[in-house]
Amino acid sequence: MATTAMVEEKVVYQRPESLESIPTHYCPGCTHGVAHRLVAEVLDELGVRERTIGVSPVGCSVFAYKYFNTDGAEAAHGRAPAMATGIKRIMPDRVVFTYQGDGDLAAIGIAEIVHAATRGENFTTIFINNAIYGMTGGQMAPTTLPGQRTTSSPVGRDVELTGFPIRMAELLSGAPGAAYVVRRSLHNVKEINRAKRAIKTAFEVQLAGLGFSMVELLSACPTGWKVTPPEAMDWIEQQMVPYYPLGDYKIADGVEQLAKRR
Amino acid sequence: MAVELMKGNVALAEAAIRAGVEAYFGYPITPQTELLEHMAKRMPELGRAFVQAESEVAAINMVYGAACTGARAMTSSSSPGISLMQEGFSYIAGSEVPCVVVDIMRGGPGLGNIQPSQSDYFQVTRSAGHGDYHAIVLAPASVQEAIDLMVEAFDLADEYRHLVFVVADGLIGQMMEPAELPAMKPIRRPRGDWALTGADGREKNIITSLELNAPDLEELNNRLQAKLAHIREHEQRSTEMLTGDARLIVVGYGTSGRIAETAVKQARREGMKVGLFRPISLWPFPEKRLSALADQVGAFLVVEMNAGQMLDDVRLAAGGQVPVTFYGRTGGMVPMPEEIYDEIVTQYNKLTTSAV
Ligand SMILES: Cc1ncc(C[n+]2csc(CCOP(=O)(O)OP(=O)(O)O)c2C)c(N)n1
Ligand code: SF4
Repeated sequence: MATTAMVEEKVVYQRPESLESIPTHYCPGCTHGVAHRLVAEVLDELGVRERTIGVSPVGCSVFAYKYFNTDGAEAAHGRAPAMATGIKRIMPDRVVFTYQGDGDLAAIGIAEIVHAATRGENFTTIFINNAIYGMTGGQMAPTTLPGQRTTSSPVGRDVELTGFPIRMAELLSGAPGAAYVVRRSLHNVKEINRAKRAIKTAFEVQLAGLGFSMVELLSACPTGWKVTPPEAMDWIEQQMVPYYPLGDYKIADGVEQLAKRR
Repeated sequence: MAVELMKGNVALAEAAIRAGVEAYFGYPITPQTELLEHMAKRMPELGRAFVQAESEVAAINMVYGAACTGARAMTSSSSPGISLMQEGFSYIAGSEVPCVVVDIMRGGPGLGNIQPSQSDYFQVTRSAGHGDYHAIVLAPASVQEAIDLMVEAFDLADEYRHLVFVVADGLIGQMMEPAELPAMKPIRRPRGDWALTGADGREKNIITSLELNAPDLEELNNRLQAKLAHIREHEQRSTEMLTGDARLIVVGYGTSGRIAETAVKQARREGMKVGLFRPISLWPFPEKRLSALADQVGAFLVVEMNAGQMLDDVRLAAGGQVPVTFYGRTGGMVPMPEEIYDEIVTQYNKLTTSAV
């Protein structure tokens, strides 16, 4: 006997409202796009898109403001935390975030991020650590691993000459004004899900007015590393994670309760 | 409002507050520090934003951020700090957000000294940063004028969504003079429709100076230049004294203009037909009035506390019609009225002897 079953259509996947529907300029296998999506999903889930102001860096994600469907500004190289400070001080009830690469945040802009964290500026930073300067064609970054070849360390990074890579999450965890500083990775689904939870917590920290929050994300740059996208994922896991351990570096009082409330 | 005795730097700060500045970001440097210190006290009292930044680079980028929200925002510094802010000036001009910057110039180059100087004229009037633009530059010659121009600077910044400088030197910054402050203006609300306030019930707003496509960036430049052409046409400011029958006109701005005034008056007492022309807007340079004066005068004598920077603008405005000579002191040396007087006599005598 024939039955006509009504199949109810259920949306299982769609573009977050906080993300624009435009073609991407990122390379295949680049995880900037994944990070964008996670931030956008979190803004949607928290219902804050209409009161969010993003600050884009100089780097491959210079056009982040085109992708996010929020108000946005484009900062000078490394200055996003200073700009975010200016915005947030005028509009404390808005959600303000910076999105920055490792050249932007850990080299030219290190003073701005350290002092923003120290002052406890109540905004959120998404820090993309891909161990290289992507946009300018793959030069050594402050985060480039010992021995890693880049166009400006052609025989591999020599720590005798250039020092060791800088660990920003650890460094900023020492800032008294930092409320939430963690490192996550984007190299597999499990880590991506963990990264998203951290991004959500970071924005919740801001909404609760607890102070500076940053999520460092180990991110793939297959083009700069001159590897295939799958190799890039392995490279993060095998090379980057040992030097940049994933984990929570600063969880200030009050942050745990936020997570529980959810 | 009553007339009271005020230090220039404090007067500038309080005038900005009265003009409705909502955010001040700065870094200490002599000889402007009293401005920052006044802000440190007053801004929190009024519930407005004050941050002592980690550097001038950070300070100007905080200004940039605050200005993006449509708030009146400012910073102040002196020559070495202004050099560090150039990156921010350029981004602000490129993305067309309004803000005000005070430069209390000091002797250079390098660390130089903290004495009064006008050696940043080129730096502030040419472009104040990389790229192709001019900032509006206003130069007061007294504490009262500093107050008045500070208020006007915010109005101009808003009107044109542009970067406006108020430039003076340690003499005006540190000097006590009787002056009158304006009444407190209310904070301007609502924000401009271009401002970053959150895309609530409207399309998102973007503030950027980035445009990778050359034809589009040229179009943006054309728009910026059209705005600057309009400013050039409508915002030239100057004042003059005894120019009607003058055969020699002394041209000086700010402190040097003020000292020249004393010298010009003395020359008049000695029967010399000498006048004073004092540019108030250094950009746009008051070229219209100056070239009109070039038609009637025998020569210009430019006086500056530098090696001759505005001199170029006076020459351009004079258009080769009359001789333009120069007297300047550098390194933080302030010319005495007698020095300028002597130079007036020298130049004036040349005029009268060449006439016979
Ligand atoms: C003041 C200044 N210096 C240098 C540059 C050139 N520049 C553009 S992007 C970049 C590096 C960006 O690298 P990173 O922050 O690691 O971001 P990624 O491109 O890897 O995402 C540099 C040096 C610039 N735009 N401005
Ligand atoms: S160069 Fe690297 S960081 Fe930049 S878009 Fe390509 S893969 Fe991503």
